[in-house]
Amino acid sequence: MVVYVLRRLALAVVTLFLLTLIVFAISNVLPQDVARAILGPFAPAESVAQLNKQLGTDQPLLVQYWRLLKGIITFDFGTSYQSGQPVTELIGQTLSNSAKLAILALLLTVPLGVVGGIAAALRKGRLADRVIVTLGLAGSAIPEFVTSTFLIFVLGLKLNVLPVLATWPEGSSIGTQAYYLLMPSLALVLVYFGYIARMARAGTISALEADYTRTATMKGMTRAKVLRTHVLRNALLPTISVVATQTGYLFGGLLAVEVIFNVNGLGRLLVTAAKAKDLPVLSAGVLVIGTIYMVATLLADLLISYLNPRIRLAANA
Amino acid sequence: MSETTRPSDGPHSAATPSSSTSDAADMTHGLVDREMNEMVTVPAGPGMTASAAALTARKTARRETFRLLMRKPSFVIGNLIVIFWVVCAVGGKAIAPYDPQQNFSDFLHAPPGGDFLLGTDRLGRDVLSRIITGARDVLIVAPVSAVIGVTLGTVLGLVMGFYRGAVDDILSRIVEAFLSLPIAVVGLLALVVLGPSNTTVLTVVGLLFAPIVARTVRAAVLAERELDYVQAARLQGESSFYIMFREILPNITGPIIVELTVRIGYAIFTVATLSFLGVGVQPPSPDWGLAISDEYSFIISGYWWPVVYPSLAIASLVIAVNLIADALQGVLSR
Repeated sequence: MVVYVLRRLALAVVTLFLLTLIVFAISNVLPQDVARAILGPFAPAESVAQLNKQLGTDQPLLVQYWRLLKGIITFDFGTSYQSGQPVTELIGQTLSNSAKLAILALLLTVPLGVVGGIAAALRKGRLADRVIVTLGLAGSAIPEFVTSTFLIFVLGLKLNVLPVLATWPEGSSIGTQAYYLLMPSLALVLVYFGYIARMARAGTISALEADYTRTATMKGMTRAKVLRTHVLRNALLPTISVVATQTGYLFGGLLAVEVIFNVNGLGRLLVTAAKAKDLPVLSAGVLVIGTIYMVATLLADLLISYLNPRIRLAANA
Repeated sequence: MSETTRPSDGPHSAATPSSSTSDAADMTHGLVDREMNEMVTVPAGPGMTASAAALTARKTARRETFRLLMRKPSFVIGNLIVIFWVVCAVGGKAIAPYDPQQNFSDFLHAPPGGDFLLGTDRLGRDVLSRIITGARDVLIVAPVSAVIGVTLGTVLGLVMGFYRGAVDDILSRIVEAFLSLPIAVVGLLALVVLGPSNTTVLTVVGLLFAPIVARTVRAAVLAERELDYVQAARLQGESSFYIMFREILPNITGPIIVELTVRIGYAIFTVATLSFLGVGVQPPSPDWGLAISDEYSFIISGYWWPVVYPSLAIASLVIAVNLIADALQGVLSR
């Protein structure tokens, strides 16, 4: 187990390092002249030079990259080109709202997806299965902002049951905030339900067909007990990975959803930064989202190896 | 991240047992035999040479695949919807009732019905005409970026799966790092840096798809490379390049075609999202994602038609492409 954990941690560090290289390559190397990319072709040369100096992008690339690495360790990503505020502060202010939205969405999606997937697998090939699979497929195919507009149209305009804008009164309780975040999280639920349900369904089907399930049934175990002790545990292992992957990707979906529902979160911050070409904020935000994905998949891998001895033993061999 | 994270890696990473004793006939026709086995077994006529029989078998198999596809309602419905939007994209202004840019200033946000079947937007432009002409940009950008991504990803996946070892390890880590970034997020960053235009959008989305495709192709190659026909080609002294592109590639076209269709669906998803976020297709294009971005704040005031109709257009297109992908997967995957 220890060997596996150490190996897995080392891998995560390597991937994180590569992630910083990718983000650096896109935001600092690709534009050649960063300030020119921000200010546009018609800005006078002096202001371009001044902004480059201010951003530190007039220095050699190696120096710039070293500063990025140092910034990650010390949580210092420089200052926003647009507002002059420290980037870390901006991200800190918004990240918690995004986290609330993501957690609410996961709390709704994971149970729904798992139950839906298992229900579909138990009724494989029948109507309920087809409905769940088709709904999941359609939901995950449609972009989040399109789903959002449908939700606003139906729940906000026609039925008028939920608040459309996630701007809760100052000092609201968690419950009130969740109420305001319900519609945006439903938009995410519709998109991510399909992935989780599909995985839970596939896992259940293969566990149902496995030899140990047949043995358990044939030695007279009740159906409910077979499902509980043999099928579910094996069926849900692959689902954990998908939940972790989707947690990371959820933050991609947050961009559009937070813009539409006016959530003061990381996604909206990045879109605003993109409109203002605020590269320091944008590249730091991209790094944060990549790191969230990596931590989520790391935790999932560790959890799976804890639950499934075959994996940790294979790593030791 | 590691092998354990990706359930899809499971069945593919286990090496197929390779047989070292393959007689001469097997060696020469390994490729042909496999293709026949995977599709429909067609008995070769007694007078035919092996390669002529193979050609006929291939043709018959292709026709059989097509026949199987046409029997799938999802394939037929998906294609009908896609064809409908392609007609709109090609026809454009010629079939639209009005000029998509014309402002009917007396009819701002006119409701659907009457002269404007789907209503007008905030600038008095005909929504129906804009939906018809708005199909064009996304239907050019999305498939082209999917083709770029699948081409690059296939080459990358072939190299990774064929060489294994250090090449694979290094490339796999880079692929993993790319996969940790949602495409909309890293695409947003890249397009801010490069400036939005249809060309940069399709290049960026295509490049970002390549690592994902590489994973799928790599898994398929890993399963293939241990098979007899690859061993045979090696023993014959064929170059690595020849084995990768002339021997393995033809045998993994099934998964690649499925992947291409899936990618086209995701490309529409991504391009529409980027346009919505303001870094994709640029105004004054009547693009659907742009239209939604311009109008969504008016829904709650009751002006839903300039948003809901383009939303339905996007939804119908991505679902159609996914229906096709689903049918192809059922018929082509082994």
